[in-house]
Amino acid sequence: MKKNLLNILALALLLSFGISSQAETPEEKGLAIAKEVDLRDTGFKDSTAKMEMVLKNKQGKTSVRNVRVKTLEVNGDGDKGLSIFDKPRDVKGTAFLTYSHSKKPDEQWLYLPALKRVKRISSKNKSGPFMGSEFAYEDISSQELDKYTYKYLRDEKFNGIDCFVIERYPTYKNSGYKRQVVWINKKEYRPEKTDFYDRKNSLLKTLVFEDYKQYLGKYWRASTMKMINHQTGKSTILSWQDYKFQTGLSDKDFNRNSLKRAR
Amino acid sequence: MAAEWSGDVSVQWRHFLYSPLPQNPQQSQSDASIAFQPEFYHSWDNDEQSITIEVFSRLDEVDEKRSHNDIREFSWLTVFDNWELKAGISKVYWGVTESQHLVDVINQTDFVENLDGEDKLGQPMIQASIESELGTWDVFILPGFRERTFAGIDGRPRFFPMVDSSQASYESSQENRHIDVALRWFHMIGDWEIGLSQFSGTSREPVFSPGSKNGQPVLIPTYLLMQQTGLDVQATTEDWLWKLEAIHRRWQAENFTALTAGFEYSFIGIVESDADLGLVFEYLYDSRGQQATSFFQNDIMTGLRLALNDEQSTEALLGIIMDLDNHEAFISLEASRRLGDAWKLEVEVRSFQNVNETSLLNSLKKDDYIQLDLAYYF
Repeated sequence: MKKNLLNILALALLLSFGISSQAETPEEKGLAIAKEVDLRDTGFKDSTAKMEMVLKNKQGKTSVRNVRVKTLEVNGDGDKGLSIFDKPRDVKGTAFLTYSHSKKPDEQWLYLPALKRVKRISSKNKSGPFMGSEFAYEDISSQELDKYTYKYLRDEKFNGIDCFVIERYPTYKNSGYKRQVVWINKKEYRPEKTDFYDRKNSLLKTLVFEDYKQYLGKYWRASTMKMINHQTGKSTILSWQDYKFQTGLSDKDFNRNSLKRAR
Repeated sequence: MAAEWSGDVSVQWRHFLYSPLPQNPQQSQSDASIAFQPEFYHSWDNDEQSITIEVFSRLDEVDEKRSHNDIREFSWLTVFDNWELKAGISKVYWGVTESQHLVDVINQTDFVENLDGEDKLGQPMIQASIESELGTWDVFILPGFRERTFAGIDGRPRFFPMVDSSQASYESSQENRHIDVALRWFHMIGDWEIGLSQFSGTSREPVFSPGSKNGQPVLIPTYLLMQQTGLDVQATTEDWLWKLEAIHRRWQAENFTALTAGFEYSFIGIVESDADLGLVFEYLYDSRGQQATSFFQNDIMTGLRLALNDEQSTEALLGIIMDLDNHEAFISLEASRRLGDAWKLEVEVRSFQNVNETSLLNSLKKDDYIQLDLAYYF
């Protein structure tokens, strides 16, 4: 597997050199780095995990959200995701199904347990807060290569780790961001930190990825993600637990019927 | 193996803005009640089999008919590769529109809970749901009929004359033991979702005839057999939701066609905040015109949905349904906000405006109310 990957990488590099015989432009280099990040996360098939969010306001008051998340990797398109809310308790049983797409708008459904109603909803709300947290919907949705254009900025150390610093610009409609600056671990090609700039190009939020663990000897997942909003002083700490990979999920676990019986 | 308990307990207080109609001296101007809704869920076999039990109880200080218990759910579900089977008491929702729910005919409305028809009684059923390349097929066998709940003599809001369910009659000689059947096909094609349904059995909506009880005039509900075909369609783009629900009903009363059609559009992040504002517009039609048993035969619904997207999930929905012929209007406001981690406060306002003397709504014209509901979730 590793060897195959190296071959593909070599081919990708060869191809990118083939297109421009000149030295790489910052855009080409940025894209090549993003492609490698994407490639190294390909093939996990499916995963399940438990997510806990601790929301903290300016005064330091906290509240907790618990969500279980199932993900299905889709070859050649965005992933499918199913989120089941456990806390706060008034939304317990609410479930959220997403088919993310790299080139067209995502498809989303919401299940409301009190009415037993499945509602197809508009995917327009990308910039809005997810469950009142500092994570926007677009921050927690599947990160597809085609959702951004890229530019390499520089090499820089972050927390003592050698990183590529790349900038990415959302290509989809209704993003709350003009740009994001991402520190990518040079060795493992995983994000270590992201700065989010709002549509007016002011620094809005910083996300730091911590406690990375490797699964199936290949796939890195951060156990802790800390988001700080510089403009409001609020923050959200997202912790992941019980990650399981290749659990045998398939398309039938991500349709309207499975959304209705999600528990 | 997983077993869990959850649910909520709530206190509700209703205040009516006007004194009761002179015909209804038993009614009062305020009403307090408590409700309890526990739920038990147990699954096994890798979650492929499960049992869900959900019970609802309300104790109302004024209206003995509104004090009621219901088994909302008591069902066993088993899931196979491409199909699933459910047996027991359950609830099913069909449809896409917001102002009224025409195609949603499986469960009876728990009308004493709310006028909006969104509270439902548990329905005994056997349901098979089959997934195929050509859509999802749902087959329902519905043994056992539930009568609609209506306010008692002390209850508000209430029709005048009041509905006397003790004299309820049925077209079917099997009465409430008639076995109803329903079939629904649902398919998703790109941005389009289409549902087509057929129901054959006793109508959940009664027709009324004048009668008397102890010398007082009452309305007697009769549950007729019906054949109803329903269509629901939603087209979803990034900015717009386009919705249509249409039914055609054949029964002993006048056959009719009714529809709801409209759209929803959302403004995201209004006035530089995290709040969303949704605009809902629907047209409501019934071919029976003013003879319609529903209130909506040529009406428009305009709705504003505000979601602050804050930590407390503060939300509000204002809806106005206006009759284009006689300008009667039904105004509804629903707002909610979480308090702390486990409490939720809901406010509801219902008001009837420009009510016509000859209209079905005439007896409800003094029943405008404001309601507070405080629930604790466990």
